[in-house]
Amino acid sequence: MLPVIWFCIVAVMVAIYVVLDGFDLGAGIVHLCVARDAAERRLVLKSIGPVWDGNEVWLLAGGGALYFAFPPLYASSFSGFYLPLMMVLWLLVLRGIAIEFRNQIDNAVWTPFWDVVFMLASCLLAIFLGAALGNVVRGVPLDANHEFFLPLWTNFLPGKDAGILDWYTVLVGLFSFFTLAMHGALWVTFKTEAALQQRARRVARAAWAGVALFTVIVTLVSFSIQPKLGASFAAMPAGYVFPALALAGLAGSIVFMSREKDGAAFLASCLYIVGMLTSVVFGVFPDVLPANSDPNLSLTITNASASEYGLSVGLAWFIPGILLVIGYFTFVYRKFSGKVTADGGGH
Amino acid sequence: MDTALALHRFHFAFTVMFHYLFVQLTLGLGFLIFVLKTLALVKRDEHYNDCARFWARIFAVNFALGVVTGIPMEFQFGTNWSRFSRDAGGVIGQTLGMEGLYTFFLESAFLGFLLYGEKMLGRIGHWGSAVAVWIGSWLSAYLIVATDAWMQHPTGYRIAADGQILLTSWWSLIFNEWAAWQFVHTILGGVVTGSFAMAGIGAFYIFLKKSEASARVFLRVGVITGLIAAILVAFPTGDHQGKLVARYQGVTLAAMEGHFVTQPASPLAIIGQPDVNKGRLDNPATVPGALSFMIYGNWTKEVRGLGDFPRDTWPDNIPLLYYAFHIMVGLGTLFILLMGLSAIQLWRGKLAQTKILLWALVLFMPLPYIANTAGWMTAEMGRQPWIIFGLMRTAAGASPHVSSGNALFTLLGFMGLYTLLFLLGLFLIWRILGEGPERHAEAAA
Repeated sequence: MLPVIWFCIVAVMVAIYVVLDGFDLGAGIVHLCVARDAAERRLVLKSIGPVWDGNEVWLLAGGGALYFAFPPLYASSFSGFYLPLMMVLWLLVLRGIAIEFRNQIDNAVWTPFWDVVFMLASCLLAIFLGAALGNVVRGVPLDANHEFFLPLWTNFLPGKDAGILDWYTVLVGLFSFFTLAMHGALWVTFKTEAALQQRARRVARAAWAGVALFTVIVTLVSFSIQPKLGASFAAMPAGYVFPALALAGLAGSIVFMSREKDGAAFLASCLYIVGMLTSVVFGVFPDVLPANSDPNLSLTITNASASEYGLSVGLAWFIPGILLVIGYFTFVYRKFSGKVTADGGGH
Repeated sequence: MDTALALHRFHFAFTVMFHYLFVQLTLGLGFLIFVLKTLALVKRDEHYNDCARFWARIFAVNFALGVVTGIPMEFQFGTNWSRFSRDAGGVIGQTLGMEGLYTFFLESAFLGFLLYGEKMLGRIGHWGSAVAVWIGSWLSAYLIVATDAWMQHPTGYRIAADGQILLTSWWSLIFNEWAAWQFVHTILGGVVTGSFAMAGIGAFYIFLKKSEASARVFLRVGVITGLIAAILVAFPTGDHQGKLVARYQGVTLAAMEGHFVTQPASPLAIIGQPDVNKGRLDNPATVPGALSFMIYGNWTKEVRGLGDFPRDTWPDNIPLLYYAFHIMVGLGTLFILLMGLSAIQLWRGKLAQTKILLWALVLFMPLPYIANTAGWMTAEMGRQPWIIFGLMRTAAGASPHVSSGNALFTLLGFMGLYTLLFLLGLFLIWRILGEGPERHAEAAA
């Protein structure tokens, strides 16, 4: 029971990370096309300025929870995905520095340089994070010690010899790119006004078309690449609630976008992301990292979890901690709520 | 030593040492900004707020670099040290997990308010943000130190049949005796860095005849906290750390003191070069019996020398460990001296005219960074050849499938990226110093 509880906690923390830092990344992806001049670019940055760091912390907090609740999964996946994980870390460094240093100097070399770094880092992060999820679905060649190591690429085919990037995981990476671009554009739409807002809404709408198309393609391809998915849904049809939520979110976002109900459109996008992530997790459950070598070597909730004592004492500190976090986030988002304006508070 | 292992060790050492350059200033400056904000509230003196605002700008650049260089650390336990993480993650994952949940959210939520929320929050609210950021950073330090303390002195665990290390007492992990002392010692090291930065910049502005009123505040706050921190970091906290090492890591104590031969009235080596093969110190200057006294309070009780311990338990680089330790202690002694003399002149109202001390304060600014780095090197190199003292050897903890080619690739990547970050950080802080405190006399929105 405890391992399942912690599995859900880690999954939720990762989902919250994607929903929150996802809009920071999305804002980075779209900001150079939705903003026409320096003042508008500054507004886009302001819309994420006070919240991006806290949003990113969900990755660390989730990673920390993963570490103590599922040590073999943490150890195996991080060392097995060594190179792309290191690249993700470098990109996170560059993204963070770009946001924080951009406004330190006001000249025609400094600011555009960091804007391009911010954009490129955000794009690559969105693609890499999607590819990572693709690897979890496709599975990795775990050995008898539940360890593996994959090079960045081999022949781009998702077979036994796959690298981390094959055509399937790159496809999922592109899917993630469109999803986060739409998500970020919807956040910018919600937080801005006038011409900037109009452009952001148009970009969100265009991205939505990509998201819808990829949803169909990637779902079909995933079910054929990973038979476990089909088996899981067939065995427990109640699981279809997760993709249903995703579809509701996808439909909701375009409907609200057309009616210019920007807050609702953004929330629908959040629902879409949560629905998609939970669908994947449900599909591979109870595996946490499927093995495409020998299915018996998969890392599962049971064989990857820490001791009963560790998991239960963890709950004792986790619960008060998460309540505090909800408090901080509510406080921060409320204080910085409303449209960003040129002379208002913030970065 | 096998190349891959050496690279994994250097990879972690390099990235964590670079990260710690920013962390130590955050630990010290976060506290000092809190002090300035409190003085502003209590003395109802806006000038202290102007000073706080100036230092907050420097803090912002430094903190951002600390955050981005810290993210790779949490993941590096998994990427480069997967066997260690698989086996000990159930224990140290607890402290690292708590750090993420309790401290990073606190710091990140309130840093924005500290930097940009002065008007939005009002006087008390803004002061509260300074408290939150300071507490968040010190709490984070505690949890990291508790992690390292468990690796130095494992408690509250048992070994499962499959070799996994299982936590049996959360209390023992969090309130590990080693952790409490290591934490206070570490924090004070950071306060030394922050104090020397503040006092040094104060002296710098006195020389430039720039923002002299603020410069005097920086001198006063920097010297007073610097003196208190420099004394406490040596005694009682440094002293107690040494005693813990002597009690639980006798071989480490012998190695870092260059103490090869067990003898009554064991001498303390002030200087000397260790020759490990010959088992002696070259060119020594020693104080007879002083090592015995420092550890046991007794001039004659014998301290075990390296020769008493099996060779395969000796730290693998004794000269570097010895030098790191002696550099830390040597610098620490100089810090007490300089801050002591400065405090005397401050008390006599003459510090701003005492050119030689002002020069020393300016030139000493980089030295706490060296001392803090040397201190951590002492701790981590002293723990070798163990990654968990007495339980797991470092060689057994590295990721077995990450080749030296991959480790070198990412090490070079980090070195390049961090060189860029270092130059950027210096450049931006230099600009802020050039603008000076008056530029920030008005509250940011």
